[in-house]
Amino acid sequence: MEDGRIFPGTPFGAHRNAEGEAVFTTVMTGYQEVVTDPSFYGQIVCMTYPLIGNYGICAEDDQSRRPWVAGLVVREYCARPSHWRAQGTLGEYLERWGIPGLTGVDTRALTRHLRLHGTMRAVLVSDRRGLTDEELREMARRAWTPDTEDVVPAVRGERATFGPVDAPHVVVIDCGVKHNILVSLRQRGVRLTVLPYGVQAAEVLALDPDGVVVSPGPGDPVQARRAVETVRELAYSGVPFFGICLGHQLLALAAGAQTTKLAFGHRGGNHPVKDLLTGRVRITSQNHGYCVEAASVPTEQGWLVWMVNVNDGTVEGLRHQELPVLSVQFHPEGAPGPQDSQDLFDIFLKLVRQRWQASMTQAALLAGEGV
Amino acid sequence: MARAPVVSSVLVIGSGPIVIGQAAEFDYSGSQALRALREEGVRTIIVNSNPATIMTDEDMADAVYIEPLTVEVLEYIIARERPEGLLATLGGQTGLNLAVALAEAGVLDRYGVRLLGTPLEAIRKAEDRQLFKELLHEIGEPVLESVTAYSVEEALRFAEEASLPLIVRPAFTLGGTGGGIAFTREELITLVQRGLAASPIGQVLVERSLLGWKEIEYEVMRDGNDTCITVCNMENLDPMGVHTGDSIVVAPSQTLSDRDYQMLRSAALKIIRALGIIGGCNIQFALDPHSDRYYVIEVNPRVSRSSALASKATGYPIARIAAKLAIGHTLDELPNPVTGKTMASFEPALDYCVVKIPRWPFDKFAHGDRTLGSQMKATGEVMAIDRCFEAALQKAVRGLDSDQADLLWEDPTWQDEEALKHALRVPTDLRLWAVAAAVRRGWDPDEISTLCGIDPWFVRAIQRIVTWEGLLARTELTPELLWEAKRLGFSDRTIATLRGTTERAVRQLRRTWGILPVHKLVDTCAAEFAAETPYFYATYEDEDEAPLLDPPKVAVIGAGPIRIGQGIEFDYCSVKAAQALHHAGVAAIMLNNNPETVSTDFDASDRLYVVPLDAESVLDVLLHEAGGDPEAVPPVIVQFGGQTAINLAGELAVSGVPILGTDQEAIDIAEDRRRFEQFLRQLGIPQPPGAGVRSLEEALAVAERVGYPVLVRPSYVLGGRAMEVVYRREHLERYLELAGAFASGRPVLIDKYLDGVELEVDAITDGREVLIPGIMQHIERAGVHSGDSFAVYPAVELPHEYVQTLVHYTTEIALALGARGLLNIQFVLHGGTIYVLEVNPRASRTVPFLSKVTGVPMVEVATRVLLGQTLAEQGYNGGLWPRQPLVAVKAPVFSMAKLHGVDVQLGPEMKSTGEALGIDRTFEAALAKAFLAAGLVIPRGAPVLLSLADEDKPAGVELARALAELGYPIVATEGTAAYLRSRGVPVELVVHHIGQGHPNVLEVILDRTVRGVINTPGRDEGTIQDGFLIRRAAVERGMPCLTSLDTAQALVRALLGCTTYSVQPLPAYRTRETVPAFV
Repeated sequence: MEDGRIFPGTPFGAHRNAEGEAVFTTVMTGYQEVVTDPSFYGQIVCMTYPLIGNYGICAEDDQSRRPWVAGLVVREYCARPSHWRAQGTLGEYLERWGIPGLTGVDTRALTRHLRLHGTMRAVLVSDRRGLTDEELREMARRAWTPDTEDVVPAVRGERATFGPVDAPHVVVIDCGVKHNILVSLRQRGVRLTVLPYGVQAAEVLALDPDGVVVSPGPGDPVQARRAVETVRELAYSGVPFFGICLGHQLLALAAGAQTTKLAFGHRGGNHPVKDLLTGRVRITSQNHGYCVEAASVPTEQGWLVWMVNVNDGTVEGLRHQELPVLSVQFHPEGAPGPQDSQDLFDIFLKLVRQRWQASMTQAALLAGEGV
Repeated sequence: MARAPVVSSVLVIGSGPIVIGQAAEFDYSGSQALRALREEGVRTIIVNSNPATIMTDEDMADAVYIEPLTVEVLEYIIARERPEGLLATLGGQTGLNLAVALAEAGVLDRYGVRLLGTPLEAIRKAEDRQLFKELLHEIGEPVLESVTAYSVEEALRFAEEASLPLIVRPAFTLGGTGGGIAFTREELITLVQRGLAASPIGQVLVERSLLGWKEIEYEVMRDGNDTCITVCNMENLDPMGVHTGDSIVVAPSQTLSDRDYQMLRSAALKIIRALGIIGGCNIQFALDPHSDRYYVIEVNPRVSRSSALASKATGYPIARIAAKLAIGHTLDELPNPVTGKTMASFEPALDYCVVKIPRWPFDKFAHGDRTLGSQMKATGEVMAIDRCFEAALQKAVRGLDSDQADLLWEDPTWQDEEALKHALRVPTDLRLWAVAAAVRRGWDPDEISTLCGIDPWFVRAIQRIVTWEGLLARTELTPELLWEAKRLGFSDRTIATLRGTTERAVRQLRRTWGILPVHKLVDTCAAEFAAETPYFYATYEDEDEAPLLDPPKVAVIGAGPIRIGQGIEFDYCSVKAAQALHHAGVAAIMLNNNPETVSTDFDASDRLYVVPLDAESVLDVLLHEAGGDPEAVPPVIVQFGGQTAINLAGELAVSGVPILGTDQEAIDIAEDRRRFEQFLRQLGIPQPPGAGVRSLEEALAVAERVGYPVLVRPSYVLGGRAMEVVYRREHLERYLELAGAFASGRPVLIDKYLDGVELEVDAITDGREVLIPGIMQHIERAGVHSGDSFAVYPAVELPHEYVQTLVHYTTEIALALGARGLLNIQFVLHGGTIYVLEVNPRASRTVPFLSKVTGVPMVEVATRVLLGQTLAEQGYNGGLWPRQPLVAVKAPVFSMAKLHGVDVQLGPEMKSTGEALGIDRTFEAALAKAFLAAGLVIPRGAPVLLSLADEDKPAGVELARALAELGYPIVATEGTAAYLRSRGVPVELVVHHIGQGHPNVLEVILDRTVRGVINTPGRDEGTIQDGFLIRRAAVERGMPCLTSLDTAQALVRALLGCTTYSVQPLPAYRTRETVPAFV
């Protein structure tokens, strides 16, 4: 670690070194979803749950096209999984993608260290022979971390389309989208167009979407400044807008609010979030190192804090009093984590369908006039 | 922020006596609820018939009633106390059923009592199989093909559509009583008959068996605002088919992917919402190991045994939160007491693995059917926490405190391959060891998994343990190897066995190499937040996070899993001791491994270590608390944790641990037959002649010398295990061979059996004076284990001179022994002489009972004595505490209906699982209440079956005559009937012996012609088998079965003498004011 602490362990996965920002996640299941979540790009992830790899790896659980974590640290890696869907082991999977893992680590000590001192630079060294402790520390101090540049381009995907043509059209801006966001939308019968991060608002609006989703993604939202203007134009365009995680932070920046870095982030599947409109609390899946500053939300412009984290009061969701715009800091798609917030896709799609129906009616009217 | 409670006074119903399926977990939940309600300023009223509970302590509630749990009694209490609310979901099935009965009887409406938390409608929907099925259909959750049957015919019709095997579950019973799996049509008929009989509403569910599917449970909570959370999920190692109470359980699940986990979690939330539960509930699922298919098996609309486990496994105080939700709070406004900073509306994240292993009573019931099925048989459980499954499993095994000390244990019959296969295929309490044995023989883990249905993941973990056994046995021990072995949970003792050395040598080596456990916190949040609670487990890792407590501090060794002979009483004592220490300004460190108890609540002590209760773990904790300095270990108290704690005294003393209270020397005198005999002789106090022997020849010689009958037992036992009255030489030989009596190396005790009145005394001594809070007289004569006897306080009919003698003997013994703190002495009055039977230099199971009825806070007083305060300084004098103006009868309660193949006949071997209290002004009324509280009620005018041994027939005449006059028609077996008729007692019906015509004695029980059985066992082999079947039939039909004439006579006396009884708060009985009687 950059502050000099060394955690010994035994390598698994690829036997090589990794550098990045050390973070921990408290999800107890879903290690595959964690490693394939693009938001973990450039991070060395410590799993607080000690037994990892138990049920193997299964292609359909991938949240994106590959694993993105810089390295994985666990207490007890299981090399002989047991599950009817298992297609291989986590270790083989990481090895295939050149990602190192470390097992046998006192991950609780590591987690406590991060809680007390905050996320920090770290290196994961698979073979430390020939390296002194001081040399290891020096490597950690010099480690590259994903908050130093705009890292979204590294994880975004290609343009893609899915779904029936005669359905409401949702454009997803892929900043590192998770598979289950696309699945959650497709299950609700929409036409999807995925556009890579970097796209201009005009290009999006040219597709005449009934709704726009800006996805989660890695890094510091301030570094993703290229997207802020796009998001601003989309949010004010009148097209229903749904920002998730990074998408939520970008919306906040676009609205004129500010984001700050959390000491050790929110990463887990157990965070309570209170909906200030209904008073109801939902258990959410979270993975973010930055949050929107509540005081900076321009309420005078119609923006309102929709949801807050019950534990630390941080902003978890934004809405606008007039615009069909909503955003959440957490992951309504779960994967890993609870599916309790699937209803948010319904709320969004209700807006999408309203717009679609209105445009269909208008089209029908126009067609009628044509006749 | 927090709103005011919706009610200002609440009645909490406890769960009654401990029985299999309903144990100490409801003392935990009730106590937490009472504390939680009090914090809110709510006036609390508690009613429970079980005196051995913390919840019935007078400082727990504003009004404490220890009264029988019946609708009539509850109505009276409600009329008197006028509570605004009733909390029924924390008292187990008993509490829930009683609440439903009160609602149905109109009592709640009549007195305007609100049922708090989960509404009645939700309880009905969850409990009634048919309604539940309909609900699941409505919300689109999968329901197993099943039929609700009220007759055998209906079940058979269903069997024609669905294929066997079928599972039979009776409605509204504890622990699935009367259920089972039917593989054949005949088995189905038997099971349905039994189930219909066991169900209070005569209803059973017959459904497709999911044998081999994974069994997964979720603990779910919901508030009035519809916020839902899951506290944790749990995976049963044993697949579907074994009752979850009898399954080895791991938390969280180990073989579920996130998709599986969330699929079932979402279903659980959907169900709790559809039911409308407010508070906690437990939902069980069956998951196909080869697909995404699942079924909802069962919902408990209340706090359950699994909730207790989930609470202790996660640190999340389910019962406390459930109580707060019931009075109107929401999850997001309640702080999570573990962190103090976060809120209760979150889901615990674990960073360790928890293993629970049930504790079964088969060590005491050699003839019991060890097969595990849908009917629960375990009396208790142990929990172990560690950072990997292998370590948690091995630590749980260590904590069982059974003959199977580690996984190395094997049944000799497993040498035979077929026998081993059978042991894998048919689930029993020993299957875990069979899996290890099969692995040891090199069987393929996948094949083992196929045979036993346990997921390969778990079998491979056991394989890893077995592989390490080999490494430890055959390779040179290095620090690295030892470190890894400790990380996998190998005990010093197991390592010593494998290496042919001693446990102490391994421990010494470990210390030399600096291989010591660290202690990690159970914090509900995987270290994401700083936590305030002092709840730790030991593990072998790099970082310790349990800073040393400031002295003065004292460790209390708990009692481990609930088992017959070592029940909730000792948890009561441990908790009270911790409280007393805390109040005295001494930090109380609790060591225990029983997840069901109050003692393992994080707020029951200043610091809690959940570790196995063996010398290794205790010494490591103490060394840790000494900062690693063996000279500075804090003192321990062993006298409150039953025999488990006392048995550790020797090893702890040798290791230099200061033991507060009676020292090892005194313990040894009390337990060593030779030394004890000499000790009593010096004092001139009589004891039955006898001796400790180490061989068969010696045993026979002693028996000849003292004369038969003799009482035989191994030394250092709990609950009279393997104790027997032997009448003939051949029996003695057989007993000694069967029991493998000399194997342990400790002597076997042989004493002259003296027939007489058994008397029992608990006392506290500071070494100068001896305070005797009370003397108890047993209703059954000596020879029936004291734990199975009705005990009466005070000894109402004992002449004064005997009382004097008892006080004198007790004082002499306590002082001469040099005892400090509590001790218990058992006496027999035989032929005008009082003999000492045994001295237990520790708290006994009657301590809570006696504390409550005498008002002497015995554990607090004893603890202060242990801290150095004299009795005088505490304001107590030596001698007998003033007799209270009340009579209290402690009735034993049995769980025999659940243990097939076990004889219910009373003897020197303890068989009861719990106790109930009857307290009143007169002996007769107290007796009547004790019978009522213990469920020993024969409906007025119902026929009673008498079948008496020849020697009991003369005494039976008066009994039968009295019963007949009370309006109970007498049904008797031929011999008994002839004898009774010859003495002029009317016998309504004479029944034949089994196989000698109709109606026979068994038939009249099975068809409920009779509603009570009095059967004293004869000693000739011929009637033994008949008697056994009679008694089994009676308990399985749920009717009182009395096997001692003394008990039967007491019952008659109660029936004759009691027309009214009182119902009032416990302390009121101790005042001399007269109170209105209650009919």
